[in-house]
Amino acid sequence: MHGVLAVDQPDLFYARQQMAFSLGAHIILACVGMSVPFLVVLAEWKGQRTGDLVYATLARRWAKAMGVLFAVGAVSGTILSFEFGILWPRWMGRFGDVMGLPFAIEGFAFFLEAIFIGIYLYGWDRLPPRVHLWAGVPIGIAGVASAFFVVAANGWMNDPTGFTIDPSGNVARVSPWGAMFNSALWPEAIHMILAAFIVGGCLVAMPYGWAMLRGRRTRYERVGLLLPLTVAMIAAPLQLLAGDWAARHVARHQPAKLAAMEGLYETTKGAPYHLGGIYVDNEVKGGVPIPDLLSILAFHDPNAVVTGLAAVPPGDRPPVNVVRTAFQLMVAIGTAMLGLGLWMLLAWRKRRTIPRSRWFPRVVVVAGPASVVALECGWITTEVGRQPWIVWQVMRVRDAVTDAPNIRFGYYLLLAVYAVMAVFTMIVLRRLMRVPLPDELGERA
Amino acid sequence: MTLADACAAVMFVAIAVYALLAGADFGAGFWDLVAGGAERGRAPRALIEESIAPVWEANHVWLIFVLVTLWTAFPTAFAPIMSTLYIPLTLAAIGIILRGSAFAFRKASETLPLRRLFGVTFAFSSVLTPFMLGAVVGGIASGRVPAGEQTGDVLGSWLNLTSVLGGVMAVVVCAFLAAVYLTADAERRDRPEMVRAFRRRAIGSALVAGVVALAGVAVLNHDAPDLFHGLTHRGAPLIVLAAGAGVATLVLLGRSEYALARLSAALAVVAVLFGWAAGQYPYMLEPGLRISDAAGAHATLVAILVVLGAGAVVLVPALVWLFVLMQRGTLAGEG
Repeated sequence: MHGVLAVDQPDLFYARQQMAFSLGAHIILACVGMSVPFLVVLAEWKGQRTGDLVYATLARRWAKAMGVLFAVGAVSGTILSFEFGILWPRWMGRFGDVMGLPFAIEGFAFFLEAIFIGIYLYGWDRLPPRVHLWAGVPIGIAGVASAFFVVAANGWMNDPTGFTIDPSGNVARVSPWGAMFNSALWPEAIHMILAAFIVGGCLVAMPYGWAMLRGRRTRYERVGLLLPLTVAMIAAPLQLLAGDWAARHVARHQPAKLAAMEGLYETTKGAPYHLGGIYVDNEVKGGVPIPDLLSILAFHDPNAVVTGLAAVPPGDRPPVNVVRTAFQLMVAIGTAMLGLGLWMLLAWRKRRTIPRSRWFPRVVVVAGPASVVALECGWITTEVGRQPWIVWQVMRVRDAVTDAPNIRFGYYLLLAVYAVMAVFTMIVLRRLMRVPLPDELGERA
Repeated sequence: MTLADACAAVMFVAIAVYALLAGADFGAGFWDLVAGGAERGRAPRALIEESIAPVWEANHVWLIFVLVTLWTAFPTAFAPIMSTLYIPLTLAAIGIILRGSAFAFRKASETLPLRRLFGVTFAFSSVLTPFMLGAVVGGIASGRVPAGEQTGDVLGSWLNLTSVLGGVMAVVVCAFLAAVYLTADAERRDRPEMVRAFRRRAIGSALVAGVVALAGVAVLNHDAPDLFHGLTHRGAPLIVLAAGAGVATLVLLGRSEYALARLSAALAVVAVLFGWAAGQYPYMLEPGLRISDAAGAHATLVAILVVLGAGAVVLVPALVWLFVLMQRGTLAGEG
């Protein structure tokens, strides 16, 4: 490509690890920031409407945890803005004005989140109840809006629009709005937002499943489990549709990524989908093939032609097994979520309560971390699947990286800080969970 | 005024507001650090926590604004600044992580050892971050960030006299702002002992800031002649204004006019920042990159100004509500 000097960066690997790591950490907090405010407001609303102390207590306790996680999420998000420039100055220098606009809009959304979370957390019992309840609503809306605009920028990396490269290799005819409304935006953003509700719901429900396993099965635990999990289980089937949409978009716009998701080497008419297995020597070994399924998934047509990796020069192929394993795991967990939802639905129809089985709380406890694994796998699928490009078929990652020396030490330092922070986040959250319940709820078997 | 100038002006306003609001939050962390043992420090720490807890996250967002405006409107300035100054910026980023999370963790913790650990982390990182950001400003203002795709000197760009001056000045100014604001806060909350304590600190830090500024004259004359020339010529009226506002703050503190002292303290800081901007104009990165050279595509400049204008319509009422509730003492819930 013209206009870009080759970069000699021995620490490219560390730059990529640092970015992957800080994004992978932030994405969990971002999901909590999108969905948990809605759960808190929902519980507060139920509490205000019915005067039910269980809901009121849940709302307050969730809000405390939300406050801590929001703070960590706010700062871990800030680090990403630094890293865009610190690690990838050539990408930002060249395309900052093409893809920067959604970040500016996201800035406003983040602002509103921060303002209203301050008002909501510290205005409890001080503001009139209705005003307080409404002060909580913008937090979640702004959180979802933030994600939408951030994903717009990521969508642009997958489907770079809104500019041309002129004959001398310079970026020209920039349309920031055209870049923001790239074709990947909607399928990616909807997929991301639904994921947030699944992750947030499963994580909030998890401690109540744990409490049930320890023998505490009062109404407090049941409500604390059911409300967030219901939200997650409403999102789960919708996620199936959104995932299908996203996959079909990838099939049309990033065939190499789709080929890596399956491990398809030769371009094939009526391509099969393999469950499990591993990609060795240009084929999937040890998997269970399902005829025509990949063609159906990618184009809703069993005879459709799916482009294979062979169509891409070897240097431009993503690492297949990483992408493939991540994709398979995400789909497997998503499918299991559907099963969990179905189980809950059947139990509810029969007895108007949660399933009676001893296995149910165990599954709920597993669903929390599993939802996070699925989230990370989805992120790995789209990010690693884009490799070696930072901007799909426009700029390679190795051309975007900084030429500054010794950047690996920044990675080590950040890794240590994040590890310590993760540990203390857990400690603080555990302590918040152990704060005794109000007396009216406290006297329980 | 060109579109690029307008974008630069908006960005500079965001820098100034970040300095005034988040700067004071960092300064509060400095006073937390030096508040003494658990017993003696209890009252000032409580005041600090109450004063910044509901607002620090909103105050922090101004930095995000500065960054996104810089990379969207001036991508070719953003890239070399971030790559050349990556070490102080990484350290500032780590300070930001530690400050925010430790503060939130401390609020959520009950036991003394944990509170102490988080408190020290919060306070230490509240000094680290403004120092590093001040050093970054020093590196940019003294023309040590070369434009273009090649990274500049990753050590010399911030390990130099002007950067050290910038870092020290940032820490002192943050402490000064915080002390003035906290004096006013303590008066509003009717805590006379804290009023006296923070008034003393405000006066002390104002005097230190004055001394550092005088030392700065010598440093800049020697280390950054272009910047010195800018500050003493085009920027001179603003620098004089800053000095005057600083003196006025001392007088107002002496006369127990804390609300007015807060305004004049803020004016002093804004005047210094705009003095720097005026002195450096029309350069984004001296000596090679003018604001007009650094500017991105015309359509993007238009878009970003439209977005900032439209966003302000939503943002300003929300911000006003937050600060009104804060001043009325409504946001004193347990959080």
